[in-house]
Amino acid sequence: MFKKTMSLLEAIRTALRSLAANKLRSALTMLGIIIGVAAVITLLAVGQGVESFVRAQFESIGTYVLFVIPGQLEEGLPSARNRSPHPLTMGDARALQDPIRAPSVQRVAPVLQKSARASYRKKEIIAQILGVTPDYFTIRNWPAVEGRLFTEEEVAGHTRVATIGTLVRDRLFRDIDPIGKTIRINNVPFKVIGVMEEKGGGGFGSEDLRVFVPITTAQTRLFRGRTYRGDYVVSAILVSAVSEEAMEDAAQEITQILRERHDIRYLDEDDFTVINQKDLINIFGDITRVLTIFLGAIAAISLIVGGIGIMNIMLVSVTERTREIGLRKAVGARRRDILLQFLIEAVILSLIGGFVGIMLGVAGAFLVSQFAGDFQARVTIEAVALATGFSAAVGLFFGIYPATRAARLHPIEALRYE
Amino acid sequence: MSEIMESNGSNSEIVIRLENIVKIYQMGKVQVHALRGVSLQVQRGDMIAIMGPSGSGKSTLMNIIGALDTPTSGRYLLEGQDVSRLNDDQLAEIRNKRIGFVFQNFNLLPRLTALEQVELPLVYAGVFSRRERRRRAQEALERVGLGDRLHHRPNELSGGQQQRVAIARALVNNPSIILADEPTGNLDSKSGAEVMYIFQHLNQEQGITVVLVTHEPDIARHTRRIVYLRDGLIVGDESVLHPKVAMPGGALYEAKHR
Repeated sequence: MFKKTMSLLEAIRTALRSLAANKLRSALTMLGIIIGVAAVITLLAVGQGVESFVRAQFESIGTYVLFVIPGQLEEGLPSARNRSPHPLTMGDARALQDPIRAPSVQRVAPVLQKSARASYRKKEIIAQILGVTPDYFTIRNWPAVEGRLFTEEEVAGHTRVATIGTLVRDRLFRDIDPIGKTIRINNVPFKVIGVMEEKGGGGFGSEDLRVFVPITTAQTRLFRGRTYRGDYVVSAILVSAVSEEAMEDAAQEITQILRERHDIRYLDEDDFTVINQKDLINIFGDITRVLTIFLGAIAAISLIVGGIGIMNIMLVSVTERTREIGLRKAVGARRRDILLQFLIEAVILSLIGGFVGIMLGVAGAFLVSQFAGDFQARVTIEAVALATGFSAAVGLFFGIYPATRAARLHPIEALRYE
Repeated sequence: MSEIMESNGSNSEIVIRLENIVKIYQMGKVQVHALRGVSLQVQRGDMIAIMGPSGSGKSTLMNIIGALDTPTSGRYLLEGQDVSRLNDDQLAEIRNKRIGFVFQNFNLLPRLTALEQVELPLVYAGVFSRRERRRRAQEALERVGLGDRLHHRPNELSGGQQQRVAIARALVNNPSIILADEPTGNLDSKSGAEVMYIFQHLNQEQGITVVLVTHEPDIARHTRRIVYLRDGLIVGDESVLHPKVAMPGGALYEAKHR
């Protein structure tokens, strides 16, 4: 026999008509889904944006870079208890440059970093002063945009020259060309020979608010600090590996050399830490991923709340329209026709809500990007698909119970309902 | 349709055959015997009234004849097909195809136009073409004299017109019977006459079988046969020798006819 059922198109038309009949109610019901979906879209976009921002930050440090810092990392942070029982020294840095014992190491750049006052004429700022060697700029792949970087000869000669970050330039020299001018760092005069390329980003102390001087000059003229053996102390050592694959080997070689130099006994812990740039990226990637999941979960909860709103309104609607359901059944609607009608109503509610929510979410992500400035919140296709799918699923799930109730109504009782 | 003819071809002139119908409702711990064994046959093309005081079981009987409900025991053959043991969806199909309902309170959906009201059974009958549905709905509305009210909504129609829309809706699938439950109960006598005129017209001119349920003797006398129900049993069954004739535009009045 010819299979008779209400066509889907007809069911959609009927559902749209009944939603349009209660515009305010439909809109308010959608609001839950709209807020939920907008939250999902915005928060996922922000999460994505933070992740790629952090990744870009780390990549800007340079490729194949290992950091050696004094002390042990405990639970991700250098603990006060273990702070530098044995500081890193220039001797350590030189030792790492041994091509026989450390074949995986390409360049070594010791860094002496302190914050200090930097001034030009009447203007004074607090800046990070970094004593480095030219290898530092090579490892970090960091050129000067104005003037030049200092040379090995200037390092050897303890020259008082400095290259400054763009923020230092902006704050000390407004409209003046800084090249050739003399700035004072802790009252010691330095000649500015270059301006570093802008790194951008703020976060943990902008890299553009830095002054770079030859490490030897920093050690002798600015920050005096020696070990009891008379070796100069450094804050950290940057090491580049010969290739990405060699990073693990390089880390092992560094550990081996430094353990010997620091007289660490077998089974004792290192008094320094070698940090792989990749590890850092992974750690931060994990953090942002957890953050994204967390934000997404919050948003999902609001979607579920929205779904409960839909269920609530659909139940009210079923009760209100009991007689209509009775009549439809009397003229031949089957259970599945009624079920379909109410299910489609619920799904349309949540889908329209989802669509509006996506629009708002994209707008929200755009606004966040505008205000944050440094990073771009990125709305991905996946997030949109997820939100759409989720809102349809919410409508379906929370529509099933009311629709089933409608479909199960007995025609006689439904017709008699007052 | 073929199985109907095969199963009971010889009785094809009998549209409704009720055999010892019993209906017992369970109301909490009490059993209510709404029908205690009702047997009834209705000829094709007849127009009958079922009368009885409230509580006599006439609503229950109408629900069973209308395939809205199934009897506790007994057999109900509609055009020879046993519909007393069908499931919900099969009953829905019977209601859709073979039965046209007219209710006391019209039961129109408030937001639909007359055309859309009448299209409703066609939607559930799987008539997918909107043009086809429209054509048939319009035709049905013309049959009840509402060809000029196609796009009116219920609140733009008088009571009599609303009931005529409901009759058009009952007609549109060419049912075996039209089942009307107190069709004039909510109408003034002028509108009531209008509606009764339509029923008589459909019955006499188009041969449609009409079953009316009413408690008004005056309305019942517009039919050709009156069945009296009391306490769940048929207590009387008489032919009306001179049915009243309803005239459109006039109040119900008695006239010798045929």
